[in-house]
Amino acid sequence: MNAIDKYILHTVAGMHDIPQGAYNIRKNGAGISRNTTANIDIRTKEDKPGIDIIVKPGTIGESVHIPVILTAEGLEDLVYNTFDIGEGADILIVAGCGIHNPGNQNARHDGVHDFIVRKGARMRYVEKHYGEGNGQGQKILNPKTIVEVEEDGYAELELVQISGVDNTKRDTVARLHKNAHMLVTERMLTDGNQFAESKILVELVGQDASTRIISRSVARDSSQQIFYPRVVGLNMCRGHVQCDAIIMHQAQIRSIPEIAANHADAQLVHEAAIGKIAGEQLIKLMSIGLSEAEAEETILKGFLK
Amino acid sequence: MLEISDLSLTLDGDKGPVEVLRDINFVLRDHLLYVFTGPNGGGKSSLAKVIMGIYKPTSGKIILNGEDITSLGVTERARLGVGYAFQQPPRFKGLTVGELLQLALGKELSVQECNYLYDVGLCPQDYLEREVDASLSGGELKRIEIATLLARDLNVAIYDEPEAGIDLWSFSRLTETFQKLHDRCETTLILISHQERILSLADEIILVADGTVKEKGSKDVIWPLIMGDAICTCPTNCIERAEDSVECYR
Ligand SMILES: Nc1ncnc2c1ncn2[C@@H]1O[C@H](COP(=O)(O)OP(=O)(O)OP(=O)(O)O)[C@@H](O)[C@H]1O
Ligand SMILES: [Mg+2]
Repeated sequence: MNAIDKYILHTVAGMHDIPQGAYNIRKNGAGISRNTTANIDIRTKEDKPGIDIIVKPGTIGESVHIPVILTAEGLEDLVYNTFDIGEGADILIVAGCGIHNPGNQNARHDGVHDFIVRKGARMRYVEKHYGEGNGQGQKILNPKTIVEVEEDGYAELELVQISGVDNTKRDTVARLHKNAHMLVTERMLTDGNQFAESKILVELVGQDASTRIISRSVARDSSQQIFYPRVVGLNMCRGHVQCDAIIMHQAQIRSIPEIAANHADAQLVHEAAIGKIAGEQLIKLMSIGLSEAEAEETILKGFLK
Repeated sequence: MLEISDLSLTLDGDKGPVEVLRDINFVLRDHLLYVFTGPNGGGKSSLAKVIMGIYKPTSGKIILNGEDITSLGVTERARLGVGYAFQQPPRFKGLTVGELLQLALGKELSVQECNYLYDVGLCPQDYLEREVDASLSGGELKRIEIATLLARDLNVAIYDEPEAGIDLWSFSRLTETFQKLHDRCETTLILISHQERILSLADEIILVADGTVKEKGSKDVIWPLIMGDAICTCPTNCIERAEDSVECYR
């Protein structure tokens, strides 16, 4: 691994070095390093590119890191990963993809992540996307995330697009069964001419299932963002969608939250707001000595935290 | 020393230009505590915002320690030691109380500096990590706003209605804090207030009404004016009409 690889791993997976626990590092379309533990197995798929990650029932407090690095132009990487989180397990999964595209051809990673969070299991999934490189080549990331949460299970998805991704279409679908809960937090920053689209669909299938989707985004320059967060209530359940966007310069944002109830005891709420940085906030920070640019930076950093 | 001469301010309102301030002249000296008081809408906050550089005056001059700062922006004035605690402070998603204090200080927080929170009646352990967002109560937000100003070493510090929304216990703590500041610092302190206890701290009270300075003097001179009707700017017949209209709606 060279310095660029290390920098990207640190940015997308918070890894300073080889992580503790299970991991699988994929670089330019091939696995380069892997570790399994007594409780977590990682197997290469036989029918298509990708891995199966199997977490034994009752595994508590372990983590799996599965970062992906692309450092060459002209690559189109497609990968299918399947996660099986055993009953009663409590686990952290850190995914994330960083593209360093040095050339003028596009570099693209499409990841399909399919999760089953079994009865009473808890999973926290963190996914960070990042791009860099000075060439004309686009950095493209199209993740698809499919989550099934069984009875009494809990899933937390933290989806972050930090910077440098030119084009992204993210698609997240989830089904929650009896008394299952899911929290989705999405953070997105686009600038230049970047384009980002995010679709999230959570189906509350079981009784007392609940979900909360919190999306915060900043669109700068001439970038464009589209959000379609949807919650469907099919039982007695609760759902809350909260989309909050800061728009700047010539950017464009569309936010189209949808809530649909197919049951009289479904309680669903959505809120969506788009606006520029409040003038009062800028002035307050400038009145304690920050320049306008520093004030803006501070406000955006907090907002996307 | 802060000198204001022939200052006026006209803002663009919804229905055309509004004259908010006119013919303002005064000199505020170092180490003294001034209270701006007067009726709602009289122009106190607008005057404070002109001093901070938030509003650009339509005419007139603002001189800080001999330097003409009239054309300087908010950041430049802040760096020259002018500070303003907002009447209605803004909230920030994701920014913690500790981070805000640190920005105000311009350096890492030390244990000692957390005392600014004690000075406004807040326990640092409970608040440093909290976000300055909608989860704070109005009074908590107001006290944090005051603490961010206390944290700074200023030439001119303006507190806009620091007592508003603050409970009695914290209020007495706060008046002690202002008294201490006044005793120990060279800062020119300006408190915008309607509270008699704050007026009692003043070396000089400046009565702002109808967009201008109506009167200056000690509490003994100003208090009777406030208690009397000398500053009511509403013509009597307008009040009579108001009473009629109540009749109509019965
Ligand atoms: N941005 C603005 N646009 C238009 N009018 C304004 C603006 N800011 C203030 N004013 C008007 O100027 C007048 C003075 O307002 P200001 O806020 O300075 O009063 P104040 O003395 O601080 O009152 P209070 O005691 O209620 O805080 C008011 O009539 C107000 O409506
Ligand atoms: Mg005011």
